[in-house]
Amino acid sequence: MTEEIIIAGFGGQGVLSMGKILAYSGIMQEQEVSWMPSYGPEMRGGTANVTVILSDERISSPIINKFDTAIILNQQSMDKFENSVKPGGMLIYDGNGISRHPERKDINIYRVDAAEEAAKMESARTFNMIVLGGYLKIKPLVKLENVIRGLAESLPERHHSLIPVNEKAILRGMDIIKPVQEL
Amino acid sequence: MKELKLMKGNEAIAEAAIRAGADAYFGYPITPQSEILEYLMLERPHERTGMIVLQAESEVAAINMVYGGAACGRKVITSSSSPGISLKQEGISYMAGSELPCLVVNVVRGGPGLGTIQPSQSDYFQAVKGGGHGDYRLLVLAPQSVQEMADFVGLGFDLAFKYRNPVMILTDGALGQMMEKVWFDEQKPRQTVFPSWATTGKSTDRERNIITSLNLDSLKQEKHNQKIQDKYKKMKENEVRFEKIECDNAEYLFIAYGTSARICQKSVQLARERGIKAGLLRPITLFPFPEKAVLELANLVKGMLAVEMSTGQMVEDVKLAVKGKVKVEHFGRMGGVIPSPDEILIALENLIKKIS
Repeated sequence: MTEEIIIAGFGGQGVLSMGKILAYSGIMQEQEVSWMPSYGPEMRGGTANVTVILSDERISSPIINKFDTAIILNQQSMDKFENSVKPGGMLIYDGNGISRHPERKDINIYRVDAAEEAAKMESARTFNMIVLGGYLKIKPLVKLENVIRGLAESLPERHHSLIPVNEKAILRGMDIIKPVQEL
Repeated sequence: MKELKLMKGNEAIAEAAIRAGADAYFGYPITPQSEILEYLMLERPHERTGMIVLQAESEVAAINMVYGGAACGRKVITSSSSPGISLKQEGISYMAGSELPCLVVNVVRGGPGLGTIQPSQSDYFQAVKGGGHGDYRLLVLAPQSVQEMADFVGLGFDLAFKYRNPVMILTDGALGQMMEKVWFDEQKPRQTVFPSWATTGKSTDRERNIITSLNLDSLKQEKHNQKIQDKYKKMKENEVRFEKIECDNAEYLFIAYGTSARICQKSVQLARERGIKAGLLRPITLFPFPEKAVLELANLVKGMLAVEMSTGQMVEDVKLAVKGKVKVEHFGRMGGVIPSPDEILIALENLIKKIS
C-alpha cells in the first residue's frame, strides 16, 4: 500500500501539523512516511501545502505531482491542485470560501464543512482535526488509536490535555463528511 | 540502542552532530537551514555533552571560529545556505591550505546572488572544484534522505580527520525541510585525546605545532601543494561511494544525486511501467566522483541523462568519465523549481528518440 496525499490551504489552518500527525500515525503502525512542506513566505499567511506519503515500502520520491488524495481547504488550492488528483483518486474539500466547486468527473469527491463545524464546537483550532477525521472515515489507512498516539508524539507534553478535544473533533469529522460524487 | 525519530533533515544533522561527539557548532542563520542552529539552541548540547553552540556575528566570523576550533584538534561543524557558503569560502580555503578537518553543511538554495529560498543544486561546481581560491578540494558527501543527513555527519567527521581536510555535506532545501523517519546511533563521547598536530599547548618534549596556510618560499609551497594533492589521490582510491538502482539490465541511465536522485527513483519506476529499461546511478561522494562506475555503465547502456536542479554542472563530470563512449544529456530545473518525476521521464523519452 502506498498513499500519496496533498493537503493544501491557508497558512495558519493547521495544514502542516495535520500532515505531521498523519506522518506520526504512519510511524506508529510501522509504515514508511515522508512529509514534504512548502516553506518560506507561506508560513506567514498565503497558501501552504504539504505532501505526505504513507507506504509499506521504501518511499522513492518525496516530491510528486500526482496524488491519490487531495485535501483542499481554500480556493487557490482548488485551482492549483484539482487537476493533480490521479484518475479514480479522491478530493476532499471544505466548502467554506469556495466559489468554484470541483468539476472533475473521474474522481471521488467529498465535502467536509469543518470550518463551520469548528465554529459550532467553539473550537476553531480543531478545524484541521475535523478534516482529518473526514479523511479517515473514507480512507481508514491509519487506526484512530494510532492517530491518538501520533498526536501524543507530535504535541509537546504541556498540550497533552488537548488530546481529548482533538479526538472529539476527529470523530465529528467522521460524522459530517458527505459524498458529492462517488464513482 | 538505536532511537527512532520523525525529523526534518536539518534537525537530523543537528542531533547527529551532538551524538557524533562534536565539540562545537558555529553558524549564522539563513533559510532554508536555520533549523540546524535553532535545534541546537533548543537542545542545549552543552548540558548533554559539553558541546558549544554559538551564533556568530556573521558567516565570516563563524568559519574563522571553526578554523580556531579545528586548529586545536576539535571536532567542529558549521552550516549555511548558498549565499552564506560563498562568504565562508575564504575560510574554507585557509582550512584546506592549513590541513584542518571540519564539517561544512551547505543546504543549497537557488542562486545566483540571494536568489530564492527554494531548493536547488546549483552549487555543485563550488563544492567539488574547490570553491575558494587556490588548488584544493573538499571531500563532498551528498545525502538523499533524512537518514543519510544524520549518518553523513559522523562519517564526515571521520573522513575530515582521516585526511586532515574539510568535508562538505552538500544537500538542499528540500532535504533540509522534509521530515522522514530517522534512526540515531547512541551518543558517542567527545574526544579526550587530540591529534599530534593540534595546537593545544606545547609540551617540553616536542617542537612547536604550527597551523598556517602561509608559505613565502615557492618551492616549499609547491611541495605542500603536492602533499595535499596526494591526499586527493588517496580519496579517489579509497573513498568513492555510490549506489546503483535497477542498473543490472538497464538500457538507459539516470545519473543524479540528493533530491534529484530521489525523484529519479520514481521516474525509474514510471519508465519501467512503460517498458523502458531505466536505471539510476546515484553518486554519494561528489568528490571523489564515481568515474569508474560511470565508465563501466557507459559500456552497457545506450544513453545517460544527468538530472540536476541546475543548468548542468555534474553533467560535465559525467561526460569526462564517459570518455565519449555514450550519449550524455542533461535535464534540470532552476531557481528553486523541483522537477517532477513525469517531466524527467519525458526528458528521457526525448533522449531515447534522438538515439534511435
